[in-house]
Amino acid sequence: MTGLLDSLGLAQSAELLSLSPPGWGGNLLRGLSHSLQIAFGAYALGLVIGLFGAYGKLYGGKVTRDLLAIYTTVIRAVPELVLILILYYVGSDIINKISAAMGGGRVEVNGVAAGIWVLGVVQGAYATEILRGAIQAVPPGQIEAAKSFGMPAFMTMRRVTIPAMMSFAVPGLANLWLIATKDTALLAVVGFNELTLETRQAASSTRAYFTFFLAAGFLYLVVTLCSGGVFARIEKWARRGQPSLKGGSR
Amino acid sequence: MDTAKAVTPADDASASQEAIKVEDLHKSFGKLEVLKGVSLTAHKGDVVAIIGGSGSGKSTMLRSINFLETPSSGRITIGGELVEMHADGSPSNRRQIERIRTRLAMVFQQFNLWTHRTLLENVIEVPVHVLKVPKAQAIKRAHELLERVGLGDKADTYPAYLSGGQQQRAAIARALAVDPSVMLFDEPTSALDPELVGEVLTVIRDLAAEGRTMLLVTHEMKFAREVANHVVYLYQGCIEEQGSPAEVFGNPKSERLKQFLSSVT
Repeated sequence: MTGLLDSLGLAQSAELLSLSPPGWGGNLLRGLSHSLQIAFGAYALGLVIGLFGAYGKLYGGKVTRDLLAIYTTVIRAVPELVLILILYYVGSDIINKISAAMGGGRVEVNGVAAGIWVLGVVQGAYATEILRGAIQAVPPGQIEAAKSFGMPAFMTMRRVTIPAMMSFAVPGLANLWLIATKDTALLAVVGFNELTLETRQAASSTRAYFTFFLAAGFLYLVVTLCSGGVFARIEKWARRGQPSLKGGSR
Repeated sequence: MDTAKAVTPADDASASQEAIKVEDLHKSFGKLEVLKGVSLTAHKGDVVAIIGGSGSGKSTMLRSINFLETPSSGRITIGGELVEMHADGSPSNRRQIERIRTRLAMVFQQFNLWTHRTLLENVIEVPVHVLKVPKAQAIKRAHELLERVGLGDKADTYPAYLSGGQQQRAAIARALAVDPSVMLFDEPTSALDPELVGEVLTVIRDLAAEGRTMLLVTHEMKFAREVANHVVYLYQGCIEEQGSPAEVFGNPKSERLKQFLSSVT
């Protein structure tokens, strides 16, 4: 193994990427783990916001619909980098103001929680639109049938509408997840040590830019490939009972 | 369940025999008045056929009975229990309307089976989740019902893989699973290919024969004449004529009904 790496001139890179110091591999993996934590959290928060947002836009009163329209329009209009800066500083400012008002001192905002909040709000706007479209694509007869049998509204949402809309929502939601994993990189601007920031630090300390950014790119690629496999299975499950467009097996 | 105390006591014989009573029902969509004050009573065991041309309001009337359409005004009494309504006709007691709906099983023109569930799952859905019947018991009953409508071997199939006739029979099994006091059929054969109509009508005919109370909106005049004991002819939102099938089909009095019958037969 070492011989092979030597002959390819990669021995130095392998050493830089090794998991234990002086290698920086451990830092990269820790950054990846932070990135994934934030992506998971933001995605989950985004889905919850999206579900309420979609229902609010479809069935809410005028005020609810207007507020949600402002939310989705503004979030989707402003570049994410700008939003992250705004939401991060506004968020920590509000928390500190509250803390001061309650007689507390300055609060150090937890990076992961802040990242989840910032990206979750962004994701929520997109999820609102994806889920709104998916809910509208459910044949109204399916919901009407549930109603006609006396199913309460919340149960109808849980047992009929959400399962029936899943097949329409999954492709869009898969996109949204991949965007979530990569948007975590933007959190580097507020000094959060996710994968991209860890990579930049490693690279600038060692001057091995190519090695580290290639390694980081590889990690992002692995995440994407694994996600693709997972979403393919979810989509297959969501489409149960629907004949494939190619025809054939059930 | 708390149904018992709300229902009229059984000693009130005439009222308890009234499965459905609709009084002076009005319904407008915007400026268009679709129902202009219809009244209708179905007693226990009645099979009421509702006929009429397109746009006569027959489906709207049927759908108003379980409040899938909100009436504009009127009174609806189900099994002796008056449905509480706001002044604008919307049901004012959500729990009451949900409880009443569980006793009125509806069969739709477009079947409306839940496509992400197998036939068995479709049939047990309401008993298990709404009526809280133990799952094993619901499954056993569902198999019996699917057997009964001739789909015993299709329990694990998804609706999309079945013909329209099979889907409609499954929808009837789903309706039977809630043990309804009244079944509402909204043009159950209108979306079917002609060769599939017969299999569905056979199932409905059997249900009528066992004394189930049914309201049936249909275009199948021969069938209506055969299974119904009361026929209602709607014309532009009003009941133009009603009576026994022999009277309505054999000896129609109104010109419009005569014209309608000659146009559809």
